[in-house]
This record gives sequence, structure tokens and C-alpha cells, in this order.
Amino acid sequence: MAKTLMKGNEAIGEAAIKAGCRHFFGYPITPQNELPEYMSKRLPEENGSFIQAESEVSAINMVYGAAGSGARVMTSSSSPGISLKQEGISYIAGAEVPCVIVNIVRGGPGLGGIQPAQSDYFQSTKGGGHGDYRLIVYAPASVQELVDLTIEAFDVSDKYRNPAMIFGDGILGQMMEPIEFNKEPIDPSDLPDKEWATTGVGKKGEKSVINSLSLQAEKLEDHNQKLKEKYDKIKANETRYEILHEDAEYFVVACGTTSRLCKNAVKQAREKGINVGMIRPITLWPFPEEAFHKVLDQTKGFLTVEMSNGQMIEDVRLSVNGAAPVEFYGRSGGIIPAPEEILEAIERLQGGDQ
Amino acid sequence: MAKQIFKKPQTMADKKLHYCPGCTHGIIHRLVAEAIDELDESESAIGVAPVGCAVLAYEYFNCDMQQAAHGRAPAVATGIKRVHPKNLVFTYQGDGDLASIGAAEIVHAAARGENISVIFVNNAIYGMTGGQMAPTTLIGQSSTTSQSGRETSVEGYPIQMSEMLATLDGASYISRQSVHNGANIQKTKKAIKKAFEMQMNEEGFSMVEVLSNCPTNWGISPKESVKWIEENMVPKYPLGDVKTPKEVE
Repeated sequence: MAKTLMKGNEAIGEAAIKAGCRHFFGYPITPQNELPEYMSKRLPEENGSFIQAESEVSAINMVYGAAGSGARVMTSSSSPGISLKQEGISYIAGAEVPCVIVNIVRGGPGLGGIQPAQSDYFQSTKGGGHGDYRLIVYAPASVQELVDLTIEAFDVSDKYRNPAMIFGDGILGQMMEPIEFNKEPIDPSDLPDKEWATTGVGKKGEKSVINSLSLQAEKLEDHNQKLKEKYDKIKANETRYEILHEDAEYFVVACGTTSRLCKNAVKQAREKGINVGMIRPITLWPFPEEAFHKVLDQTKGFLTVEMSNGQMIEDVRLSVNGAAPVEFYGRSGGIIPAPEEILEAIERLQGGDQ
Repeated sequence: MAKQIFKKPQTMADKKLHYCPGCTHGIIHRLVAEAIDELDESESAIGVAPVGCAVLAYEYFNCDMQQAAHGRAPAVATGIKRVHPKNLVFTYQGDGDLASIGAAEIVHAAARGENISVIFVNNAIYGMTGGQMAPTTLIGQSSTTSQSGRETSVEGYPIQMSEMLATLDGASYISRQSVHNGANIQKTKKAIKKAFEMQMNEEGFSMVEVLSNCPTNWGISPKESVKWIEENMVPKYPLGDVKTPKEVE
């Protein structure tokens, strides 16, 4: 299949269409605007619908309605906009309807800036909205992965009736890379019927209700228990990660764009004789604890590198559980750590251990 | 054998309603269900329940239903309608839901000319949360958050949603009715049916505002409450079609 040069944000849009998504509801915010713009042009060509909603709050609730009605549907935003969507995301998780939410993260808190960041890690993986729920969160590291993981996100979201999130950043959204669409495009009419969806009683013969309300505490606890069992299944089946140099003595831990910078730093460190590898979580939730368990016996130290002041490091520490030192290097506010800075941090990690 | 001349509408579930004694939500539910039956749309209908007293509406209608967050019903209905443009899609919302926290959603659904129908139940107070002031609370009306009566210098003015939405080009049919007596109940039914008919004819956004009571939070008897609608609410919220497209006038 021929490779196409595409901008990250637009590649996500085309991947969604290839995955059978025909509905997109969004609201402009930098640095993700190319995605809704792309969808506004492409979806009408595919007999789909695009609405620029009056707010992020409305956009996510349109997603809720469309997803509850059985369609593959997507929304996208960037950090402050994702905060506004949290109410709807909690309802969507509670009502168990599948959809894909894209967060092209920028620096925060508050209005923050428009430069790339990873500082929405807590918000994405620890809830964000109210209640006991989880999103399936993918952290792609290239435009090709944006494509592949977006398509996967639709499948996994449908499989578990759970919202999935693409956790990107301003660099991934804005940069162009050659990509290929490795899977055959899905025609939404070929997808299996969702018997639970609101399509009108006539089509199914019985009434469907999409709802997240349980006034009786016992019933709500049962529902939360059922959700927990689902999350355990997702943990068991959908955790994704990559390990570089599995036999290394030290490991850098990084995801998304940061992992590419770290890959470079790891290469330089190895050339200098430091036996360092890398663990790259591809799913941020479920977090790949297993990757750490695999290397714990031989590892003298971990270095978590983030475009934040340290959020993923908490999951790394939980996974390592005191078995080895876990150090941190991060830049925030939209500043991208340079491979040289990371290399220095790796050298400090090795030095500190000696 | 006796002939049955009156029965529960097919679109109304055989469930005991949770509403307070004397509340007119039950009547309005019934009118919605009757209109759906008469248009033979019970198999296509998809309703959206609000947050507020009618939060459990998804249990009372015999059709597909989604429950929405406070104020977001028009956005949820938009998503549903874009996926199923041929189905009858309606929201059922109270005044706190529609005129306060969901003001943006209703304005923009109307402005888009979204081909949905909205049943807007206005009882001038927040019912479910215990009688707080609503955007529709009348001047001088007391509530738990305007205990000495709503004062314009403190709480501003009530919002006439129907008149406001009628200014939008996307709004096709806007009508305000009341259920405080038999004659008005019949008129309300006719307006609801017309709103649904217009949607099925793809005429765009339609809304029927229904003046309703709240004996519990108004602190008066059901009998006094219907009189209160007539004497206090109707002068501020005049009844009748507020906007009708030329072709159905």
C-alpha cells in the first residue's frame, strides 16, 4: 500500500473514517483544529455528520447521544476543552456507551499555553470526571501510531462498551509523517448491530434505555462492581507496551512524543557504554505494570521522563513497588526535553547508583 | 359488551409515577404518549430525559430513551437525530434544566434548526432539589433561595424562553400552553402533536412550553396551585402559539 504524507491531526480523522466513524462533534481549540476541520470536509462526503457545537460540553453530549444510538462517533479537543468534556465523559462511562475522544494535550493548568505537553496524564488515567470509572487511554508516538491506535480504539471501545481516549500532544497533532492505512476500511453498515442502542423499538422489538442513574445504593454498587469486572478484563487483555533492550540494567520510562526523544538519548547513552533500555507504555490505562515486573530482577534504576512535572511517575513507582530507585526528569509549560538533557539525566541515574 | 373508549396510551408504560400528589407531570407525560400513539411513531420514537423531577421519564415512556446530564438534553437529542434522522426524537425538560444550566444547549439546538421536538415543563421553580429559584421564578415569588420573594434588584428578571427562542430563524414552531384545566390540556395536546408532526415533516426545531404546577414547593394545595398558574403565571407567560411557520398557520 502506498504511503501518504499526512499531518497528525488529519491522519486521526482519516483513520476514524476508515474505522467506520461517520459522526464527529467538536469545538475549536489549538493545537487540534485541523482534525475537526478535516472532518467537516470529509464526513459529508461519506454521508456522515459533522457539527461544530456551541461548546465542548455540548459536543461531548452530542457524542453521548450518537454513541447511545449505536454509531461510531468521535470528538477531539485539547486540555482546557477536555476539562469541559469531563462531565459528559463520566456519563458516557457510567452509561457504558463506546466512543473515541482525542486529546491533543497542551500545557496547563488553566488556559496554559498552546505548546505540547503531557500534563493531562492524571486527568486522563485517574478519572477526570466524577465517579469510579476508567477510560482506555492510548499514547501514540508517531503519526502512523495515531492512525493504528485510533482504529484500534474504535474496536476496543465497541468491544467493552467503554470510552477510549487518544492521548497525543501538540507535536504529534501538528507534525507530518508518511503513513499507511494497513487495514481495509470499515463500512459502518457492515458492523454488528448494537442491540442495546436507541434505534427505535421497531427495529429491535424491545425498549432500550441509555442511563447512568441508580437511585438505590445497592444497585449502584452492583453497577460499579460490574464496571470493575469489565475494567479488570480490559487490564488483562488490552494492556500495550514496548520494551527496548529488555536485558538492560537501567530503564528510561516515557510515552508518546517524549519516548522518541528518549529513544535518541538511550542510543547515545548506549554508545557511551551505559546499559540502558526503555519501557514505553502504549496504553496509559491500563498501565503496563507487567513490563516492569519483567525487568525488575536485573534493574538498578528507572528514569521517568515526561512533558510534565511528574505524573506518570506515580504509576511507575506503583509498578516498581520499591524494588529499585525511580528518578524523574521532566519539562513543563510546553517545553520539549532535549535528548542531551535526557542523556545527562541517564548519566546521573547511573552515577547515583554507583 | 361494553366498548372501551378510554385507555392508557401504548407509549405510556404501566408504571406507577413518582411525582408528588397534584403535580401535572403525569398529565403532560400522558399527552406526549397520546400524541406519539396517534402519529403511530411509538416504534420510532427516541426520548431524552432530563435531570430534575422528570429524570425518571425513561421509565414511563414505552419507547427508546436516553437520560441526559442537567441541561444537555438538546445536545444528546442532536446526536441521536443525526444518527437516526427519520426517527421521532424529543426531549422532556424542566425550567431549571432548560432555561438555566442548559440555556446554551437549547438556544443552539434551536438556532441550528435541529429537527427535534422539545417539551419544556415550566413550573417556575426547581422541584427536585427542593424548591430553589429558577430562571422562570416570578418577581415576588418566594423560593428556598429567594425567601422573601424574587427581587429584580437582586435576582434579575424571569426569562420568557418561548419568546426568546422564537427570535431564532432555526426555530420553526414554538408554542406555550398550560395544563391547569381541561380546555387547556386539550390545547396542549394539540400543540404537542403539531410539534411532532412538524418534526416528521422535517420542518426543523419545535418546542412546546407547558405551564405546570408544583404544589409541594409552592407550599399550596393542588387545587390552589392550578388557580395560581392561571392568576400568576399566565399573565407573565401568555398562552398560545408564539411562532408558527406560514405553511401551518
